[in-house]
Amino acid sequence: MKRHLLSAADLDRDDALLVLDTAEEMRQLADRPIKKLPALRGRTVVNLFFEDSTRTRISFEAAAKRLSADVINFSAKGSSVSKGESLKDTALTLEAMGADGVVIRHSGSGAPHRLANSGWIRGCVINAGDGTHEHPTQALLDAFTMRRHLGELDGRRVTIVGDVLHSRVARSNVLLLATLGAQVTLVAPPTLLPVGVETWPCETSYELDGPLPKSDAVMMLRVQQERMNAAFFPTQREYSRRYGLDARRMGTLPGHAIVMHPGPMNRGMEISATVADSARSVIVEQVANGVSVRMAVLYLLLGGSEPALSAIGEPAVATASAPESVPA
Amino acid sequence: MTTTYLIKGVRPLGGAATDVLLRDGVVAALGADASGTRAEIIDADGLIALPGLVDLHTHLREPGREDAETVETGSRCAALGGFTAVHAMANTDPVADTAGVVEQVWRLGREAGLCDVAPVGAVTVGLRGERLAELGAMAGSAARVRIFSDDGNCVSDAALMRRALEYVKAFDGVIAQHAQEPRLTEHAQMNEGALSGRLGLRGWPAAAEEAIIARDALLAAHVGSRLHVCHVSTAGSVEILRWAKSKGWSVTAEVTPHHLLLTDELATTYDPVYKVNPPLRTAEDTEALRDALADGTIDAVATDHAPHAIEDKESDWTDAAFGMLGLETALRVVQETMVETGRLNWAGVADRMSVRPARIGGLAGHGHPIAVGAPANLVLLDPAHRSPVDPTASASLSRNNPYASIALPGRVVTTFLRGRPTVLDAKLT
Repeated sequence: MKRHLLSAADLDRDDALLVLDTAEEMRQLADRPIKKLPALRGRTVVNLFFEDSTRTRISFEAAAKRLSADVINFSAKGSSVSKGESLKDTALTLEAMGADGVVIRHSGSGAPHRLANSGWIRGCVINAGDGTHEHPTQALLDAFTMRRHLGELDGRRVTIVGDVLHSRVARSNVLLLATLGAQVTLVAPPTLLPVGVETWPCETSYELDGPLPKSDAVMMLRVQQERMNAAFFPTQREYSRRYGLDARRMGTLPGHAIVMHPGPMNRGMEISATVADSARSVIVEQVANGVSVRMAVLYLLLGGSEPALSAIGEPAVATASAPESVPA
Repeated sequence: MTTTYLIKGVRPLGGAATDVLLRDGVVAALGADASGTRAEIIDADGLIALPGLVDLHTHLREPGREDAETVETGSRCAALGGFTAVHAMANTDPVADTAGVVEQVWRLGREAGLCDVAPVGAVTVGLRGERLAELGAMAGSAARVRIFSDDGNCVSDAALMRRALEYVKAFDGVIAQHAQEPRLTEHAQMNEGALSGRLGLRGWPAAAEEAIIARDALLAAHVGSRLHVCHVSTAGSVEILRWAKSKGWSVTAEVTPHHLLLTDELATTYDPVYKVNPPLRTAEDTEALRDALADGTIDAVATDHAPHAIEDKESDWTDAAFGMLGLETALRVVQETMVETGRLNWAGVADRMSVRPARIGGLAGHGHPIAVGAPANLVLLDPAHRSPVDPTASASLSRNNPYASIALPGRVVTTFLRGRPTVLDAKLT
């Protein structure tokens, strides 16, 4: 594996499968009375959040703590960053504090790339969402969730619906799912598809009803409030009618298909409450899986190459190759 | 009392070797006539002589950002790059929108004495695009302003642009437009294409430049005035310029060295040294720009030398300032992209980097052929030299040099400003 995780494209197929298998091992911890491993004891992980995201931050924080790492949360609000301190000075500060890993969330696309390649810090950098670029651990947790329900993803059809133009989740998912052999279809109004999307390893559609009956998983993207006033589409009602997932549309999915959402949801906009709370919805499970996947990423980047559980003298456990079955 | 110089064995415009005598600020004699006078000898064996280069587009940052560049440090870069005249853009702080500010910049240029500094006046007050600045007062000032530009901003209001084009006819001025439709480029970060979509950086469509050029060419034709288009960057812009020129309209255009050489692929590094306005475009665009410069559709190379303090570039891409240095490397990039590729000979380089820009800017003392009686503004360059660019060796106060470690041909050995060397042996005198 590369030293940093900046883009889902940093993972080749073997890397991606290693992360997912390791996450499967990590997930077994959740069923134990003591949910903690000493794997990263003495290591320092900094959560560097220039942009508010409580969900992602606590997910990384929980992951690092379950691996016994020391965790420092550094958020822009109320810190020196909001007083004009540069990315460089922040990075030098973290370096001086001995950060072994930096989890960065930033509103600027490429900021994690800059941090990793500037020579300012030596630790490994994990992209926790940068601008409208990528969010690789979200893609990993989505793939992990799909894999638990659908098995291996080769040939599986995944439909991603909504604001692809501004979505880091969509970019990372397209890249990772292509690596894992899935067939992705992006569905959005033409205004919300990026220029050049025809060069991406996926198909696109301007309408939702066609792809649904062939989909094994459908992922609804959040529509940001500010898009609603910038002529990307006429009205919320029209968007919801053409691109929202409601009970009728959900009824056209194959019986085994799952419904996903990276959160936070706009209920009634891109997804109806009925769908969000239905048995097909794996949205809450995505959140739980996020911790396992981030543990795997932290472990693999910071910890070493030995299997996570056996390395620390734990009693033997079932291996990742036999995931427990999950009711559909 | 100025020194008399005898330049021995130099090749004017790359032609046959000859001797050139400089005396009292002019070219006093050529060939056999040049010998026999008591003079300081300059051995120019293997060097090419061109008329002193003229830059239509330089940011000297003074007044206001003297931490990034001053008129004096920018003049040093100009001299080292072979320039004998530069046009200083108006987006200073305060903006060069009054006779007072343009005279200040002009005076600072005279005091530095390394090249002629011709201030550009703002078209609108504060570059805000709301009402015309006192264009006549700037034209009538000691700075004799002839080029007016809101560069950095586009004069996007069509009615205001029309009036500006009309008004400058009174003193043979020209409006140099920064062609960028503002609504199409809000928060734009790089060329819009497959790459911007992949990198998640807000796209800057070529159409935002081309639409303004087409509109302004039509306006210039309608009111019978002169339009100059700054830093043309797309193949589509070239097509529109070709069409406007075919109509016989007074439209001229410039291209920057970086748009001739560099492409948007560099944005994949997310290194803000490659962030510039207009953005680096595709390889197809650079090809079209080279062809257009060769056939004269684009009249001039202009550097858009844009120094920025280190901290304004040492951030992430989105927060970083737009712009890159250019004065010291311009001639080398032109040799690489135009001469080495067979598109221009040295006479052509002289035309695009000296003769035509001097004419566009109305600088009577520059852009003359190397002939007896012409002002002794000359650059001597060594075309056989080739070396990687070293950004730390710059005379600029800034270090935003996009050519770091790229090997480029050519080296400016000597620059003469009215018979006085500003650069000798590639060093400032």
